[in-house]
Amino acid sequence: MNAALLAVDLPYWAQSLLRVLGGIVAVLLPAGTIVYVFLFKMMSFMQSRLGPMEAGPYGSLQLVAEVGKWLQKEDITPEKADRFIFKAAPLVVLVSTFLLVAVVPFGPDAWFTDFEAGVFYMLAVGSVSVLGILMAGWASANKYSLLGGLRAAGQLIAYELPMVLAVVGVIIQADSMNLQQIVFAQNAGSIFGWDGLGNPFLLTQFVGFVVFMIAIQAELTQAPFDMPIAESELVSGYMTEYSGFRFLTFFIAEFATAGVFALIASVLFLGGWGIPFAWFGWETLGDVDNWMNVVGPLIMVTKMMLLAFIIMWVRFSYPRFREDQLQRFAWKVLIPVALVNLMVTAILKVVF
Amino acid sequence: MPKVPGLIKGLGVTLNTLVRTTTQGANTVQYPHEKEAPPLRARGVIALREDNCTSCMLCARSCPDWCIYIEGHKELAPPRRAGGKPRQVNKLDRFDIDYALCMYCGICVEVCPFDALFWSPEYEYSEPRIADLLHDKDKLGEWMETVPEAPALEAGADKKGKK
Repeated sequence: MNAALLAVDLPYWAQSLLRVLGGIVAVLLPAGTIVYVFLFKMMSFMQSRLGPMEAGPYGSLQLVAEVGKWLQKEDITPEKADRFIFKAAPLVVLVSTFLLVAVVPFGPDAWFTDFEAGVFYMLAVGSVSVLGILMAGWASANKYSLLGGLRAAGQLIAYELPMVLAVVGVIIQADSMNLQQIVFAQNAGSIFGWDGLGNPFLLTQFVGFVVFMIAIQAELTQAPFDMPIAESELVSGYMTEYSGFRFLTFFIAEFATAGVFALIASVLFLGGWGIPFAWFGWETLGDVDNWMNVVGPLIMVTKMMLLAFIIMWVRFSYPRFREDQLQRFAWKVLIPVALVNLMVTAILKVVF
Repeated sequence: MPKVPGLIKGLGVTLNTLVRTTTQGANTVQYPHEKEAPPLRARGVIALREDNCTSCMLCARSCPDWCIYIEGHKELAPPRRAGGKPRQVNKLDRFDIDYALCMYCGICVEVCPFDALFWSPEYEYSEPRIADLLHDKDKLGEWMETVPEAPALEAGADKKGKK
């Protein structure tokens, strides 16, 4: 996108505007799609009901109706709340989502920033949302909120580690922390000399993929890892005191982050926007035809929907963990598995 | 690790339901568009047969929620046989049930000695204002039409009162 824009020589402000618009689309469109397709429809079908059917054809405008409802609600701040922090918290969570999407490449030239340390940056800003959640939990002046916030902090920090370790395996294999290079390495790669499928890291890093998916499930606080908002114990955890637009912000952030993490997982493990380069005889990133800038995002969205389906499927199938089970699972199962995976990857990298 | 087969089975259950709902339709009914007939003896609403009521107040006194309001007065009715004394009867002025309070326990129906109260399966009487749920005896009388016929007595059962 950037290079294509440079070709038509737009002024800097117009480029920035386009990037901001692109970022908003890249965050809100997956969020809306995930909420409608998975949260409204798939969950209903899995429970043998139809879900929203009245607003628009097959309830497709239900989300618009819900947003309208939320916008009308009163904006309540608890009397003893720390007002500034209370109001800033949902924005911090949402901003971390927008920062995440900045590194995701959508095509050979369609990216927001071409970051050399993209994976590092992704992991760093991904944990900013913990700050927002802690702020929300602390500033609400509510015991449930505080408990939820602390649970969220403990959980997100515990699952950050296996996520990082799982990603390191990918980095070792791709020889780069640049997400664009990781896409390139997968699509230009070959399996024992056969390049018909490229070399999606899903195959070689399958353990890493599983660990990563479990870790982002916990990062997104989706069931079975939804202790921070456990509605049967903590009302709604750190979101208890929020109403109206601020609750909507949390809601959007939750599902937008699910979308963005699904995009990142598709980049890291499924080959991102690319199709195996051998099909068209491309050698380097520069060889890739321009039409991939249009087809690439579509491929990305397809893969994102696939991964979001898995995330939501697991969410709707499993009951909630207990807090100690959650921590034990992270520290005693996921991290050792990820470490072993990392070691094996490193050894094989040196051997081959 | 021993828990993995169970986890996969769990995923299978939800996926099966998903497929079944998409191919064979849901178990639920899209209510305002299609309606399921309630079971014949469903406890939808309490109907009143005004002629049978003697305003004895048994129902009002037995109601746990105190949601039945009865007012009546005594009246003289013409004698049954020629030359007899005029009879004294209780006339019902008001018989209201507040369905905002009613908890559908059915004690009033059980306790009525004169068969004036009946269960009806009618259920569509919601109101936008809570005060409108207080229904008077005319409304309760209209619901008598929806009361199903009493089931036939078992063979050999004794019919009371007729010899």
